[in-house]
Amino acid sequence: MTPGPGRRLIPAYLVTGGRSTPSGPALDRLAVLLRTDAELPPGAGTEQRRLCGLLDPGALTVVECAAHLELPVSATVFLATDLVASGHLRARPPIPRAGEIDRSLVERLLVGLRSLH
Amino acid sequence: MDSVPSTDRGGIGYLPSAAETLMKLVVTGPFGVGKTTLIRTLSEIETLHTEEAMTQAGEGLDDTAGLPEKTTTTVAVDFGRLTVQDDLVLYMFGTPGQERFLPLWEDIARGALGALVMVDTRRLEDSFAVMDMVEEQGLPYAVAVNRFPDAPAHPDEVLRKHLDLDPATPLVQCDARERRGSIDALIALAEHALTRLPAPQEAS
Ligand SMILES: Nc1nc2c(ncn2[C@@H]2O[C@H](COP(=O)(O)OP(=O)(O)OP(=O)(O)O)[C@@H](O)[C@H]2O)c(=O)[nH]1
Ligand SMILES: [Mg+2]
Repeated sequence: MTPGPGRRLIPAYLVTGGRSTPSGPALDRLAVLLRTDAELPPGAGTEQRRLCGLLDPGALTVVECAAHLELPVSATVFLATDLVASGHLRARPPIPRAGEIDRSLVERLLVGLRSLH
Repeated sequence: MDSVPSTDRGGIGYLPSAAETLMKLVVTGPFGVGKTTLIRTLSEIETLHTEEAMTQAGEGLDDTAGLPEKTTTTVAVDFGRLTVQDDLVLYMFGTPGQERFLPLWEDIARGALGALVMVDTRRLEDSFAVMDMVEEQGLPYAVAVNRFPDAPAHPDEVLRKHLDLDPATPLVQCDARERRGSIDALIALAEHALTRLPAPQEAS
């Protein structure tokens, strides 16, 4: 597990960019995935079925799907992107989007954290 | 490891539909400092992890076409989730503090509120590289000193001096196995992050 000392390691997906890039920006790891009513075609692959099956009862973020399916985040992003394109999933970008944290949000976070004490 | 059957609805922990706002922070620090423990203490779902494949690459990173001898290794990133208010959910990602993992680190830290850098008083210097890395990225951070029973206790001021902390950087001593202190660490980080955001636009 622990790589030896050496040069910096790059997440594989950042190097390869994956296969041919799907249209649109890559899904964030905190994008929320939801199942639509569309049924999977009989020929759908195992991983597609597993992801849709996981999401049948409720919504999860990309990274949670990856963990439950024991897939890398990158593979989950590709699967989900395809399933969004085919109308079997919906993806909701995380709110706030990266870089859009503002004071009111952090203030609400603080109120919430203090109440958890 | 067996996979989670899609029929298992009990253990998954689906997102409540009210959970509209998702925030994240990074918990980082040297090996064995207590990152996973802190996340487990705070998470409302069973701690999850993903395996990220890492490729060893040299200088010519942009030259994605031909990486002659790329070696691949896997890094585990664990994470947990804490509903802070009905519509506000905080994700905590435990990421290895090694400089070699910087690209993965950056990928996870993008859009994060900030980082909690964990420190063990028996080996303060192991956290230096992580602190440098976080500072270089300009991510707000707080230091959480994880108290181990056999570790020497030091006053905050002594630790701050040895860590060469900026006076504005919060330092919290906690036990990562205890909820209250771990929440205090998050509060310190959030308060600090708040001071780093532009002031509200009052009448100028
Ligand atoms: N006494 C005590 N033990 C702790 C505390 N936090 C963690 N531990 C123990 O220290 C060990 C390492 O903790 P982890 O939470 O796995 O540390 P980590 O930073 O996630 O480690 P890596 O992921 O391997 O880098 C475990 O055996 C924990 O039970 C603490 O606050 N007090
Ligand atoms: Mg760990």
